[in-house]
Amino acid sequence: MKFTLSWLKDHLETEATAADIVERLSMIGLEVDSVTDRARGLEGFVVARVLEARPHPDADKLKVCRVDTGAAVTEVVCGAPNARAGMMGVFAGAGSYIPGTDMTLKKAKIRGVESDGMLLSEREMGLSDDHEGIVELPEDTPIGAAAVEVMGLSDPLIDVDVTPNRGDCLGIRGIARDLAAAGMGRLKPLDATPVPGVFASPIGVRLAFDNEAADACPYFVGRLVRGVRNGESPQWLKDKLLAVGLRPISALVDITNLLTLDLCRPLHVFDADKVEGGLHVRLARPGERLAALNGRTYDLDPEMTVIADDTGAEALGGVIGGEPTGCTGETVNVFLESAYFDPRRTAATGRKLNLQSDARYRFERGIDPAFLVDGMEIATRLVLELCGGEPSELVIAGGEPPWQRSVRLRPDRVRTLGGVDVDADRVTGILTDLGFVVTPEDGALAVAVPPWRGDIVGEACLVEEVVRIHGYDRIPTVSMVRGDGLPHPALDAGQRRRAMARRALAGRGLMEAVTYSFVESTRAELFGGTAESLRLVNPISADLDVMRPSPLPNLVAACGRNADRGIADAALFEVGPGFAGDRPEDQGMVAAGVRSGRTGHRNWAQPPRAVDAFDAKADAGAVLAAVGAPADAVQVTADAPDYFHPGRSGALRLGPGVLAHFGEIHPRVLRRMDVKGPVTAFEVFFDALPQPKAKAGPTKPHLELSPLHPVERDFAFVVDDRIPAQDVVRAARGADKGLVVDVRVFDVFTGGALGAGKKSLAVNVVLQPTERTLTDAEIEAVAAKVVDAVAKATGGVLRT
Amino acid sequence: MEDVETLRADVLAAIAAAGDLDGLEQARVAALGRKGRITELMKGLGAMAPEQRKTAGRALNVLKDEVANAIEARRAALADADLDSRLDEERIDVTLPTRPQPEGRIHPISQTTDEIVAIFGEMGFTVAEGPDIEDDWHNFTALNIPPDHPARQEHDTFYLHGSGTSGHADDDRPVLRTHTSPVQIHVMERTPPPLRIIVPGRAYRCDYDATHTPMFHQVEGLVVDESTHMGHLKGCLTDFCRAYFDVDDLPVRFRPSYFPFTEPSAEMDIGCTREGGKFRIGHGDDWMEILGCGMVNPKVLENCGIDPERYQGFAFGMGIERIAMLKYGIPDLRTFFESDLRWLRHYGFPALQVPSLVGGLDP
Repeated sequence: MKFTLSWLKDHLETEATAADIVERLSMIGLEVDSVTDRARGLEGFVVARVLEARPHPDADKLKVCRVDTGAAVTEVVCGAPNARAGMMGVFAGAGSYIPGTDMTLKKAKIRGVESDGMLLSEREMGLSDDHEGIVELPEDTPIGAAAVEVMGLSDPLIDVDVTPNRGDCLGIRGIARDLAAAGMGRLKPLDATPVPGVFASPIGVRLAFDNEAADACPYFVGRLVRGVRNGESPQWLKDKLLAVGLRPISALVDITNLLTLDLCRPLHVFDADKVEGGLHVRLARPGERLAALNGRTYDLDPEMTVIADDTGAEALGGVIGGEPTGCTGETVNVFLESAYFDPRRTAATGRKLNLQSDARYRFERGIDPAFLVDGMEIATRLVLELCGGEPSELVIAGGEPPWQRSVRLRPDRVRTLGGVDVDADRVTGILTDLGFVVTPEDGALAVAVPPWRGDIVGEACLVEEVVRIHGYDRIPTVSMVRGDGLPHPALDAGQRRRAMARRALAGRGLMEAVTYSFVESTRAELFGGTAESLRLVNPISADLDVMRPSPLPNLVAACGRNADRGIADAALFEVGPGFAGDRPEDQGMVAAGVRSGRTGHRNWAQPPRAVDAFDAKADAGAVLAAVGAPADAVQVTADAPDYFHPGRSGALRLGPGVLAHFGEIHPRVLRRMDVKGPVTAFEVFFDALPQPKAKAGPTKPHLELSPLHPVERDFAFVVDDRIPAQDVVRAARGADKGLVVDVRVFDVFTGGALGAGKKSLAVNVVLQPTERTLTDAEIEAVAAKVVDAVAKATGGVLRT
Repeated sequence: MEDVETLRADVLAAIAAAGDLDGLEQARVAALGRKGRITELMKGLGAMAPEQRKTAGRALNVLKDEVANAIEARRAALADADLDSRLDEERIDVTLPTRPQPEGRIHPISQTTDEIVAIFGEMGFTVAEGPDIEDDWHNFTALNIPPDHPARQEHDTFYLHGSGTSGHADDDRPVLRTHTSPVQIHVMERTPPPLRIIVPGRAYRCDYDATHTPMFHQVEGLVVDESTHMGHLKGCLTDFCRAYFDVDDLPVRFRPSYFPFTEPSAEMDIGCTREGGKFRIGHGDDWMEILGCGMVNPKVLENCGIDPERYQGFAFGMGIERIAMLKYGIPDLRTFFESDLRWLRHYGFPALQVPSLVGGLDP
């Protein structure tokens, strides 16, 4: 909402400076977005009269103008078609900076004629894009005066972000009222004296709604003014509109715009001679169309309010007028409309047609339903003043929709909710200044809400009104009291697990990424696909059109992007949501990670190697360890989803539940995503983890420390190469549960004398005696048990 | 009989002259071996008169001990020299780089979230969460944003096709939550007051430019009890900002604003300066908007089955990326989501830097 300081002062009698007003506006909830000093950089330009304009001796399109600048008479070369003797213009002397062209003027010869400055266009002054000709000022403008003064530019332009609840402040008077209540001056009275009609309007208005749609337009005030001349607006009106960025059109249209901005009273003007029969306000008919004033034609539907004549829709109520009945320079008889349109229906109409207008913006936020007649009277007076003519009597259809409302305010609530003591008189004073009518009632206040404050619906609203005008800065600041004792942990078990997983993975050298929850559907397909319910209706772009099944596709893509930047060795993880469906229980938390390329830079002591599935397995295992999953019970199986390499991937399971996937990403997936391999990945599913046992408590199990040396024995078993190492280890481990405490695979060997289909697994078995040192015979006995157990479980035999 | 003094001088000279352990052994054998010179003399003691034997025996024993000690000392010296020369050969170039130990980083969003949790945790808040995919009731209606409310239009909502029958109106479709506020509703629907929660999480809006990404993070706060008022709102958020930015006297101000789910509503600004073209949080001539807040609208309490005549409280919401950018000087929002390793290394945090108010939020 833009306005100039002088426009504000039409309504506010104040001595306050612009800076004070700007500061106060923000502190009462009318946040100032910007303050523009339009005079900046234009201070040196003066009003000058062109004394003589003669053709340039050496150029057809140029003129040589003799110019009186008040200080001197000088000559400038000018190419403007409107430069002529006797006109008043804006002069910039040599050495001036010209904002519109970003150049500093120099005294120069133009085609052989000395030019001592220039006469400026609006574009050169940086005021508009108009470069048709130079600025022309009225005849009686004093020569030598500062151009910014006579052009009304020395008047700051203030732009306020009006919140959606404050429709009333979409009129400058509403802003003035708030400022007056906040002690920044006095609200001037508004003159809405009725203009007597001298004839009955030949155009009648009928509200033609079914009962259920009667609120679409419950109240309509019209008036015909005959015998008008619709020319250009006077300069004061054009300046006002131009200052806030509106293009003057014609006096009648400018008056409607003026009332919209000044009083938040949108109006429409019909050329009465183009209206066939009477006006009917009704819902649009199926298939009805409107050629609107913005040059576009809209297909209407029966949810939209139109103002129609006998031939069809002529305007969209509260949104935009129609071209066929619009006012032009030829308009002689004008019909003015001041109506009330339902905010919701107006908003829905504008949204469906994707049509924004100053009128819609105000109607959908709710305009003053009791200001229709006053608005009409003020508009009539302006029409008579600027265009002449004779007014008809008012045409009134319907009546004010009920807006009267009283809200009870217990005086104590300002303190108990607002946190500040405000004197009772001051409470009443603030509310009264804002237009409320305050009456004491049963120890509380009955506060009648003014018609322009539809947003005030309850006691809390009134507390806000009082406190915001009193000043939020006057509310004493009180620190939170924590309550009894020390706080409980802020995180629950699940949140703590995710925090641990993050820090564990970062500790292993992976970089945490945060990527979008959406992904391109073709990529989602590569990673197991996504439910149709997870497709976005309105994606921001085609490559972010579905919810991701897992963070993995984004991380793999990130590997590709980093490789494109020259960093092929990436290690990234994300802890975030994956989506299986649109219900809350379909959203799961996943820790996912990728490693690509090699394990690191080349190094003199430790050569890097290509990343492999065991890196991913280790990452997944580290997450499980960090979150306290029961590592001993976790089983590894060689199955993983098909976006993994079928032979180099697996799952970590706990019973039937899959805790994690790991492995190399399938080369076909990488090829489709244009990412160079190898890329290994893991996903850990937090929701599959067993809940921590609440009853176990923090106590750790009893620790037995044996004084006896552990004994190690190595075995090499030849097994079928399809036998998982896990089976051999488990068999060895189970051979003597009392003595065998660890089994480590330290070599895997294939080929050579073993022959096809066989492999040798070398394991290191650790025996921990508990009571006494083992004899050689006892060790041999355990060794034999290990060999037997492995043979029985896997068919493996000792390698000889 | 050989002169003991001469013998002593000879033997010690031989020991001192031994250049290595072999030479030292030879010197030992020559003196103390089976046929060594001292051994020979010892053998001759038996033939002496008792008196003479006593004197000579003592002298020889002294000599023998002295020689043994000299040999031991020489042996140690030779071993030291040996070790020194070996160590000299083992010299390495300590300027060579170490074996690589890749270091990961925590993303600034996670770190900032942890900082926020650490501060509010100290004030007795716990962390609540909710789904990213919401229904219309929780994201809008229960928060006092009915259909056709102008505020809805400002949310740039993403809609999902959903699993219901096709062709339904926008209002029935699942939405990606446009803020973390719906979690307020979930919590109030299932938990009776008093409540003190914060809700960090993802939020989504259909918008992309220099200052907007279609996904971003917010932290929501909610306090509901019987007595919390706007003074507490100011105190809580002032204390938070001062702790988070680590500026004890950080200027703050609260301006009236509008949110459908709070009444009265406010926006909070913190002091800053752009002096000399450099932005800095703290004292200065300018203000920077940091968050929106207000007293929970009685209608919202009612929508969750909480009696607004008895209970009241405040809510707030702030952008996590925004406060991370302000604190850590990260210039561009969009870079948060690009997974550029160079960016992550530069703006990320070491794994062990876990923020707490006891150990400090920052390193």
